[in-house]
Amino acid sequence: MNAAYEFVTGPLAWFAWGIFILGAAWRLYSMYQLAKKKDASSWAFMDLGFSLRSIVNWLIPFNALGWRKSPVMTVATFAFHICLILVPVFLVAHVVLWTEFFGISYATLPDSVADAMTLVVLAACLIFAGRRLTQKEVAYITTGKDWLALVIVTLPFLTGFLAYHQIFDYQVMIIAHIVAGEIMLAAIPFTRLSHMVFAAFTRAYMGSEFGGVRHARDW
Amino acid sequence: MHPPTLWNWEPGQRVILSSMKAPEASAWVEEPYASPDGESLAALTTLTEGGCTALVNGEPWENTFEKGWHLRFSPDGRLTAVVQQDGMWTLAVDGEAWEESYDYLWGTQFSTEGDVIAACIQNGGEYGLCLEGTPWETLFENANQPTLSADGQSSAAVVQLASLKPADLDGFAAGVFGVAVDGQAWDANFLNVWTPTFDPAGKRVAAQVRTTLYDYSIAVDGQKWANDYGCVWEPRFNPASGSVVAPVRVAGAWGLAQDDQIIWEPKFAQCWQQVISQDGKNIAAIVAPQFGTFTVAVNGKPWGITLPVVTDLVIGRQGEVVAALGNTDNRDWRIMVDGKFWDGSWDMAWQPVISANGGHVAVKVEKAGRQTLVVNGRVYPREFTKVWEPTFSPDGTKMLIRALDKDAFLRIVAEVGRA
Amino acid sequence: MGITERLIEDVGIRRGVSRLTPEKIEKIVNAVLKGETGARLKTYAETCMRCGLCAEACHFALSHPDDPSYTPAGKVHQTMSVLLDKKGRVDPDFVYGMAQLAYTECNLCRRCVHLCPIGIDTAYIMSTVRRICHKLGVTPQYMQDTAHSHASTFNQMWVKDDEWTDSLIWQEDEAREEFPGLRIPLDKEGSDIYYSVIAPEPKFRTQLIYQAAAIMHMAGVDWTMPASTGWDNSDMCMFSGDFEMMGRLKRQHFESAQKLKVKRIVMGECGHAFRSVYDTGNRWLGWRHHPVPVIHAVEFYWELIQEGRIKLAKKFPGPVTIQDPCNIVRGRGLQEKLREVTRFLVDGDIIEMHPNREHNFCCAAGGGVINCGPPFKNVRVDGNTVKAEQLRATGVKTVITPCHNCHGGLHDIIHHHKLGMDLKFLSDIIYECMEKPEA
Ligand code: HEM
Ligand code: HEM
Ligand code: SF4
Ligand code: SF4
Repeated sequence: MNAAYEFVTGPLAWFAWGIFILGAAWRLYSMYQLAKKKDASSWAFMDLGFSLRSIVNWLIPFNALGWRKSPVMTVATFAFHICLILVPVFLVAHVVLWTEFFGISYATLPDSVADAMTLVVLAACLIFAGRRLTQKEVAYITTGKDWLALVIVTLPFLTGFLAYHQIFDYQVMIIAHIVAGEIMLAAIPFTRLSHMVFAAFTRAYMGSEFGGVRHARDW
Repeated sequence: MHPPTLWNWEPGQRVILSSMKAPEASAWVEEPYASPDGESLAALTTLTEGGCTALVNGEPWENTFEKGWHLRFSPDGRLTAVVQQDGMWTLAVDGEAWEESYDYLWGTQFSTEGDVIAACIQNGGEYGLCLEGTPWETLFENANQPTLSADGQSSAAVVQLASLKPADLDGFAAGVFGVAVDGQAWDANFLNVWTPTFDPAGKRVAAQVRTTLYDYSIAVDGQKWANDYGCVWEPRFNPASGSVVAPVRVAGAWGLAQDDQIIWEPKFAQCWQQVISQDGKNIAAIVAPQFGTFTVAVNGKPWGITLPVVTDLVIGRQGEVVAALGNTDNRDWRIMVDGKFWDGSWDMAWQPVISANGGHVAVKVEKAGRQTLVVNGRVYPREFTKVWEPTFSPDGTKMLIRALDKDAFLRIVAEVGRA
Repeated sequence: MGITERLIEDVGIRRGVSRLTPEKIEKIVNAVLKGETGARLKTYAETCMRCGLCAEACHFALSHPDDPSYTPAGKVHQTMSVLLDKKGRVDPDFVYGMAQLAYTECNLCRRCVHLCPIGIDTAYIMSTVRRICHKLGVTPQYMQDTAHSHASTFNQMWVKDDEWTDSLIWQEDEAREEFPGLRIPLDKEGSDIYYSVIAPEPKFRTQLIYQAAAIMHMAGVDWTMPASTGWDNSDMCMFSGDFEMMGRLKRQHFESAQKLKVKRIVMGECGHAFRSVYDTGNRWLGWRHHPVPVIHAVEFYWELIQEGRIKLAKKFPGPVTIQDPCNIVRGRGLQEKLREVTRFLVDGDIIEMHPNREHNFCCAAGGGVINCGPPFKNVRVDGNTVKAEQLRATGVKTVITPCHNCHGGLHDIIHHHKLGMDLKFLSDIIYECMEKPEA
């Protein structure tokens, strides 16, 4: 068990983070090259001011028409994404690991809060899954890739929660959790989750086109 | 009066017409046109009792017409207008209507010397051209994009060779367009043909063609180049060698091809309006090295200066000067000569004029509603209400300035050295 | 569910499909995908989260609430996604449905951009599908005929060179009865304004040319109209996917204005043509912006009103509502100017449709859909019951509609739903209400 733990927190962790960071960087770089080469007449319109204008307006819940038209999803997705980022970054158990390996330590979330936020993420995942099953306009366009992304995201939270509450065998669960977390990291550059890398740019591009060419807002 | 060698080149200023005031009989007078030699100023006028005529130096033509438009001087100084008489259309030249008249007539064209005048005609629903009033023997279902050879001896247009039913996709796909030269259609039909153009001798015609919706090429006397391209623009004949040069698009980028061989690698975001010097040794074209920035390339090498829009490219006879205009949003016009900007920016500028001798360049410009000239980079010391594009004397030492100063039409001959 | 269950017979699409083989399809699809698309399409395809939020955007989807195949992502799912997944290995029957969907069930109105958190431009994806269809030779008959007309005459209705100036001179003649001394100056070099229109105007809406001339005359504008090609600013090739022709048309338009050394181009009340000059055609030619400023009629009238150059003898009796044309509102932000002009002209309230301004619903005629002709009329009328409800809810009799396509689209919707409303161009109202010379 210990050896397995050593492995997943050691070499495998390095590997997962490596794929995540290098993969994301490579995807961004090659997309940039492609855009310069093949989308010159779009790239030329990228504008920092209009990009930020669009991004900021979309970061405000219920500000964009898209958010107002789907309130349940708006609440779910904002809660989901906020917790999704905050929990793993500021979880005591995670920060302890950073301290142990690299001597880094910083502010943490109280465990009870993190626990609740984990439940929020899991609840949001349930809502996402429910929409994909029951809402016809979502079901119609759902593909395997979308389920895969959802499962990859759900697993670390589910296993982390189970490990924390010592449900089932802790030793097994914590290793499962770590593997699930590493799978997620490694999957980000190469699955639907790559929207983490690209969404800011697609939004920025639309914002630039609407601001600079069409003189209209895009939210 | 013609040719320019016979014009009065005595330096100095003459007032040709002191005032453009409308005569009694005129309801209103339209915008004025100046004769090439600067000896007369003409305008169409509508008469109070109906009908119209032209005023030349304030004097009306003897004849009046039901309607008239498109007043233009021929390079040899004859004044023409498209006019309607008894419900039929014809051309009035110096006030006399051609004997022939048509259901419709428009699009006056002149030979380089101005000795031949041609126009587009429609008669009984058939289309073609007429030279000095005489129509082509064969007329067509449609004829457009007319062109006249430099000597005026030949004329050509894109013509429709078969009828199309409404929304007739098969008919169109079969190719119903061609080129007629002096009313004689090429043997070849194409999906579309654009911008037929004569060689300097007026013997051969090159045009852009499309053989399918996707395959563009150049056809010379009906013979298509072997290669197809993603797109092409207007072909031009090399005056010395007779070869045909056209911009072509390959894999989304533009270059130049000569007789179907690439001579400028297709690497530009745009390439068009190529001009070729008389000696055939120098080719210049407006190009966009990158999306959104334009400049001029000479023999494939782009200038170092760019602007969002470049227009009005011209080249000297021996390629000794290349000049163009650039602007930003149709404002802030800059004059670009041999890869350098001239000082000053203008609200509007007109195509640069290059002297036949000596490589002088003069440009008509406008700023804050006043017009003047820039000659060899220096602004002419006087502004006018309106000025026409200048003309250099054949020896290149003098310049004819035709201008309106308030209401007066002036004819100024200036020494180029001092202008 | 999906396009395969609602195929409509069209001569052009059928003709094209009948010539296809799977090999040819694969080759052409991949040629376009590899040669003409890049990071944009790639990121859109990859990052569309399939969340379905855009379903609320599309009037087609809202008018078919039980059928998700009309949603923006649903349309992509049935077309581009399949091409990408199968790497172009699809059969001719698939292409039939793909063409019908791309040409007749999406107006390229870009409303969905306002609903998609990722910022996916479904209109771009559908345009790319159309581009592929064009390359495959599979285009609706009437739209393709219009494209042929553009290519052969540089206008969209096979108007011949003489017919153009003849109708201008005729309108000038007519207008002189009412406005002595009125001119439609042809090819007048150095004018402030170059006025361009679309071919239906000389063909059968000559009244619009008359009205424009009357307004120019009374406002004392220094203007001209070109006597030769370039006068038609419309561009169905932009919508059929024939981008080479789109570029050729725009070049003709701009060069004709540049040759006349005008300061600005003013175009009539048309939406799609406006899109083609500031957004699509200029780009294909390498110009970042239009090389000569192009002012839409709405903005031009707004300027004239600001400068006090339009004087009214009376106001138009309201209340009225306003149809916001996508291409000038979501496309160019003219919504407030449109309302200011309307307020100036109308005595009475503006009863807004909801949603309005940038969030307006398309008329369902735009994007070339109306140009696909009679076979597809019901697609756009049934596909826009939300517009009928919007219109009905205003309870007014007059809809101000400053766009040719919106006119056509709303006309059919109003007729079909028996709404009994009148459509007005701004120029209709200005002409009706402005001061005129004593008779
Ligand atoms: C590099 C890999 C990772 C390691 C080594 C790791 C380690 C841990 C550890 C040791 C715990 C504490 C279990 C306990 O309380 O005993 C934990 C909990 C948790 N981790 Fe991770 N983790 C990793 C990646 C991730 C990722 C990528 C996510 C989410 C995106 C995540 C989310 C969670 C959650 C939600 C909890 C439980 C919090 C709670 O319910 O209180 N972890 N993790
Ligand atoms: C950091 C920048 C990120 C941005 C701007 C972003 C944005 C979005 C947006 C706009 C959506 C679309 C639909 C919705 O609102 O639910 C979405 C969905 C989603 N995001 Fe993110 N996201 C980010 C990061 C992440 C990360 C790091 C993950 C997980 C690794 C993630 C997982 C998901 C999942 C699973 C969905 C799909 C929800 C569904 O199934 O409907 N996101 N995201
Ligand atoms: S019609 Fe408009 S809202 Fe619907 S998919 Fe097309 S662009 Fe989007
Ligand atoms: S809203 Fe955007 S991300 Fe969501 S399904 Fe529609 S296009 Fe895709």
